[in-house]
Amino acid sequence: MRTAIRFLRKGQIVELDRFEPTTTLLDYLRLSERSTGTKEGCGEGDCGACTIALGRLRDGKLIYEPVNSCILLLGQIDGCELVTVEDLEGPDGLHPVQKALVELHGSQCGFCTPGFVMNLFTLYHANTPGLTRQDVNTWIAGNLCRCTGYRPIVDAALEACRDGLNDVFAARAMETESKLAALQDAQDIHVGDDERFFFAPSSFQRLLETYGEHPEATLVSGSTDVGLWVTKHLRDLPKVIFLGRVNGLSTCYEDEQGIRLGAGASYAVAEQFLKSIDPDLEVVISRIGSKQVRASGTVGGNIANGSPIGDMPPMLIALGAEIELQSNRGRRTLPLESFFIDYGKQDIAENEVLTSISVPRLSADEQFRAYKITKRFDQDISAVMAAFCLTVKDGVVERARMAFGGVAGIPKRASSAEAALVGSSLEDPGSWQDALNAIESELVPLTDMRASSTYRRDIVRGLLEKALLEISASSSQKTRVHGQRELVEGGAHVS
Amino acid sequence: MSADLLEKTEAGTSTSQVVGKSYKHDSAEKHVSGTATYIDDMIEPYGTLHVAPGYVLHEACGRLTTIDLSAVRAAPGVVAVLEAADIPGVNDCSPAMGDDPVFVSDRIAFHGQLVFLVVAESRLQARKAVQLARIEVEAETPLVSVADALKAEQKVLPDYEFRRGAPEATMERSAHTVKSSFALGGQEHFYLEGQMAFAVPGEDGDMLVHSSTQHPTEVQHTVAKVLGVDEAAVTVEVRRMGGAFGGKESQANQWAALAALAANATGRPCKCRLDRDDDMILTGKRHDFLVDVEAGCDAAGKIEAVQINLNSRCGHSADLSLGINDRAMFHADNSYFYPEVLIRSKRLKTNTVSNTAFRGFGGPQGMFAAERLMDAIAIKMGQDPLDVRKANFYREGENTTPYGQSVDEHDVLAALVDELEESSEYRVRRKAVDAFNAENTILKKGIALTPVKFGISFTLTHLNQAGALVHLYRDGSVHLNHGGTEMGQGLYQKVAQIAATEMGVRLEKVKITATNTSKVANTSPTAASSGTDLNGMAAAIACREIVGRLKTFVAQQFEVSEDDIELVDDQMLICGKQKLSIKELAQLAYEHRIHLSSSGFYKTPKIIWDRERVKGRPFLYFSYGASCSEVVIDTLTGEMKVERVDVLHDVGKSLNPALDIGQIEGGFVQGMGWLTTEELWFDDAGRLRTHAPSTYKIPTATDVPEIFNVALYESDGNPEPTIYRSKAVGEPPLMLPISVFCAINDAVASLNKGVLPTLDAPATPEAILKAVKAIKVGEEG
Ligand SMILES: Cc1cc2nc3c(=O)[nH]c(=O)nc-3n(C[C@H](O)[C@H](O)[C@H](O)COP(=O)(O)OP(=O)(O)OC[C@H]3O[C@@H](n4cnc5c(N)ncnc54)[C@H](O)[C@@H]3O)c2cc1C
Ligand code: FES
Ligand code: FES
Repeated sequence: MRTAIRFLRKGQIVELDRFEPTTTLLDYLRLSERSTGTKEGCGEGDCGACTIALGRLRDGKLIYEPVNSCILLLGQIDGCELVTVEDLEGPDGLHPVQKALVELHGSQCGFCTPGFVMNLFTLYHANTPGLTRQDVNTWIAGNLCRCTGYRPIVDAALEACRDGLNDVFAARAMETESKLAALQDAQDIHVGDDERFFFAPSSFQRLLETYGEHPEATLVSGSTDVGLWVTKHLRDLPKVIFLGRVNGLSTCYEDEQGIRLGAGASYAVAEQFLKSIDPDLEVVISRIGSKQVRASGTVGGNIANGSPIGDMPPMLIALGAEIELQSNRGRRTLPLESFFIDYGKQDIAENEVLTSISVPRLSADEQFRAYKITKRFDQDISAVMAAFCLTVKDGVVERARMAFGGVAGIPKRASSAEAALVGSSLEDPGSWQDALNAIESELVPLTDMRASSTYRRDIVRGLLEKALLEISASSSQKTRVHGQRELVEGGAHVS
Repeated sequence: MSADLLEKTEAGTSTSQVVGKSYKHDSAEKHVSGTATYIDDMIEPYGTLHVAPGYVLHEACGRLTTIDLSAVRAAPGVVAVLEAADIPGVNDCSPAMGDDPVFVSDRIAFHGQLVFLVVAESRLQARKAVQLARIEVEAETPLVSVADALKAEQKVLPDYEFRRGAPEATMERSAHTVKSSFALGGQEHFYLEGQMAFAVPGEDGDMLVHSSTQHPTEVQHTVAKVLGVDEAAVTVEVRRMGGAFGGKESQANQWAALAALAANATGRPCKCRLDRDDDMILTGKRHDFLVDVEAGCDAAGKIEAVQINLNSRCGHSADLSLGINDRAMFHADNSYFYPEVLIRSKRLKTNTVSNTAFRGFGGPQGMFAAERLMDAIAIKMGQDPLDVRKANFYREGENTTPYGQSVDEHDVLAALVDELEESSEYRVRRKAVDAFNAENTILKKGIALTPVKFGISFTLTHLNQAGALVHLYRDGSVHLNHGGTEMGQGLYQKVAQIAATEMGVRLEKVKITATNTSKVANTSPTAASSGTDLNGMAAAIACREIVGRLKTFVAQQFEVSEDDIELVDDQMLICGKQKLSIKELAQLAYEHRIHLSSSGFYKTPKIIWDRERVKGRPFLYFSYGASCSEVVIDTLTGEMKVERVDVLHDVGKSLNPALDIGQIEGGFVQGMGWLTTEELWFDDAGRLRTHAPSTYKIPTATDVPEIFNVALYESDGNPEPTIYRSKAVGEPPLMLPISVFCAINDAVASLNKGVLPTLDAPATPEAILKAVKAIKVGEEG
């Protein structure tokens, strides 16, 4: 067992053996290292000013991902390369992304700029051929700038990325890879004592044992929820068990039946698997949080937090996903839908851990649609998240599953509307009316700052209608303001 | 923005090699490398403490029955807890009216009003300690909305009106009348760097305050007042802000006061940096309004008479509401001639945080009313909204505003709009939009082209003054200081360009220095778009003074005429041939005891405003612009996307085209946020519930239209003698995106021709869907 975390910083290995279990990476940088280039704009993962890059090995290759250091716990960076804005200047001066931002007037007040620099650094290293404005927009949607209006920042991104990789980090990638590889071990990490600790087990067995011993400990996966308990609710979490090092917990694979996601898989990883089920999954996942949130946040966390407004559960429920839970007493599986019992209440025992999610593929006669409705297109919590899965035979709905987020205390199916839809003909919109009326009366959503009850009800109905219109493909009408879902030969895609 | 436009503008404007060029922001390299120092980044002196503000968590108003801070005092790390009784001076941090207590002790008037502060060894300890307060309130029902306050007739300031003729009577005789009422939301500044102050105590009760403020002088006054010391004992410095937008004009005072009170009480340096949620709860926003517009017009849609009611939520105190609401009235005409008119303003008092300056300072709200009126006329009369707008533009003989100032550059407005109509292909696209709408039932498109005319000058006339301080050192370097503050707008660089031009040195020779109340005193806030107009001119005057002395000296010394001496490119050219480097010149002049420092002072000429009699000329000139926006909405969900925007904007002769374009684009996107996604939502208890970026949504990169063409209007220069004939650019662009809102309105209106959409601002998906539902059943707005 190790009693210190280790990470790579400016080519050197840093070891830290004394820190509070909930010290954030940002506080470490600004208060301990006194590296003040990284800024705090919100302390809750929503503005991107605190963005730093983490270098990690994925399948043996070095990749850089942007993360919000304000809500990341320091211990989570074990085994990573930590890159901050101070590190980019090389012997030849500014980094290409810095240079482009300067030349194209990408900063005004400059407070957002270090965060943009670091996020663009990761974009630069993604080295994507044929990068478009829209690609850049999606990549930087988690970085708010109140001054520039973004146009020059996007221009700078395109400019910097045009000529391919040519920086110090790329030049020493092999060296970094071997240093990072050397940091990977099968040790458990325990920083602190028995009363206050940051514990990062490396195996299921140690995880379940320790959680069994300390059922009051807080499990942390990506910390995109837990981080806010620390920075906003100022909660004291004396015992933290970090799931990110558990061997196998993030593993995803696909087989005949479908896709199995490790609970610890980040959105970024899960998206790569889920998109093969239906293009709408990719569309929605690419709007969950931001690039930063998707690099840290996990599908498991999105389920385990029990939130009624999480985006994954409605989609996964509509698809008929199952989850697996484990504890030191054994394992069990259950349909995801029955995991959510009531607001704040889930079917999970005190020391159980969510370990995986199994998502079946769509059969040939199944049609899937998912819609995320928000005030702002990107990086916004849904007012309503809706997912539909219809089994259609000869133009008639044989079976319907619909699940919604944001309309009740839990992710909810609309069973009366589902029943009413069975037997409807796709060709005959008149036959949809019962289902449309049913859905309006069976869901009684709340009013809050994101949307009124009336609006939520209106869009639930509107979205069912939209899904039916799209699935029936009765006209060539455009149905989406962003992109257009089209039926093309060989499957659906969203342009 | 294309590079060739920048070049074109440069060539046209350049009065020298430095002014008119697209120099990058003075701190650009520091921004990108993380080395630009904001206050929280400064190296903390030994013993620095941290301040957190304490307020009542759940209630908005009522009598305080218990204030028990014993647990707060006992919390780990706590060094001091201060309340109203601990204030040595005056318990007020208002800009003028004396109605904003730093702390209250008997009753709270809004959610977030401070009761105490905690000073602790660490920021986290201070924040945690605050939570331990036990404060009980005999809660009363708060007045939250404009409607609440209208009903209760609660006001922070008296009503005010502009009147010309008898519009009420004229309207009755008009061939057509239209009428509309709507709500217009406020806006959170969301500067990326939150409110921040750092006070360092000195000897003899002196206090040095680093404050993220647009108004160092007012912070100085506030700190002196609160501590009960002379203004001379307090120095306020600000090198840069991480954004401000008006939110750090009057509302930076309180945090500086807290830091100074804490530093004074503990004798140690004290930092006060607000957490983002606190920042959004505790500081004021753009005023939201309920507006009624009504007009009578002839058969061609030309206006004969107008009545506009502007009712705004000011919050619990006056703050800057007088000037803001006046400016709303000054802009309720936008670019249109109202032959007879009555504009009435009510400044309503609510149990909410005091609303404050925000880019445009009320102007956007007034202008929005004018544009809603134009749309209403067009919809009711079945005309193209652009035709109605153009028919009502100010023109020769019809160029007097409701407050009596004449609009001299109406030809610029007309030419600019014509040019944009052409370049944006408005007419062709209008047809394409109609065709799209005929084919589509779920999605609908809309298009709109709207103008901007914005008055430049503080309407509080005495604020139109500025000072600068310039030193020429013996190595030929120039130290530049002035009263303007840098919040990202590039003021420091623009003024440096002016100074370099005047001094005849390269830009690199000019040292930009932090704004400091001990260098230039009695300054005005950097606001009202006036930063460059005022400070640039003051700096030029200071430079001219030094250059004048140098010329006189050289003329005597070399026995030549002053007319034969020129300072350019770091050297003095005497009779076109003899050269003296700036360094040699400075050294020589020094040895001959020539004074190489100067202050400069400027006051805007021509302006005069008699508020009581509604007479005079409040503005030196107007800045113009126009934009054309096209949107698509989803009638099933209310979702909306801005597809294309074209902007043409008048900055006179640009001092720095790149920085000007930056203001235009940034202002556009910020204004678009105000009118679309940014929603302030208060609960029934009077608490703001959208107090974090998780719930309050400013635009991201994806909200910016894919096609965003921004160009500078080819200007002959400001007809008024402003600095190098430039025009102010800070605020006017914020109003350009009214065209986005009008385009959304246009899309909704297409669903039922002739019916006024009930669309409120911001046009969130919810607001759009509501308007869609209403118009489908024929309900009117
Ligand atoms: C800026 C921002 C934007 C966001 N936007 C969205 C959005 O658009 N849509 C959306 O749905 N969500 C959004 N979220 C919420 C968040 O990203 C998700 O809920 C995320 O999936 C949580 O995963 P995590 O790994 O970060 O969880 P953590 O924060 O690590 O944990 C969350 C909770 O789950 C528990 N937990 C985690 N893993 C397990 C496990 N394997 N077994 C048992 N318990 C576990 C933890 O103990 C904790 O209670 C956003 C968050 C932020 C900060
Ligand atoms: S500080 Fe805003 S995302 Fe971290
Ligand atoms: S430059 Fe000011 S927030 Fe981006």
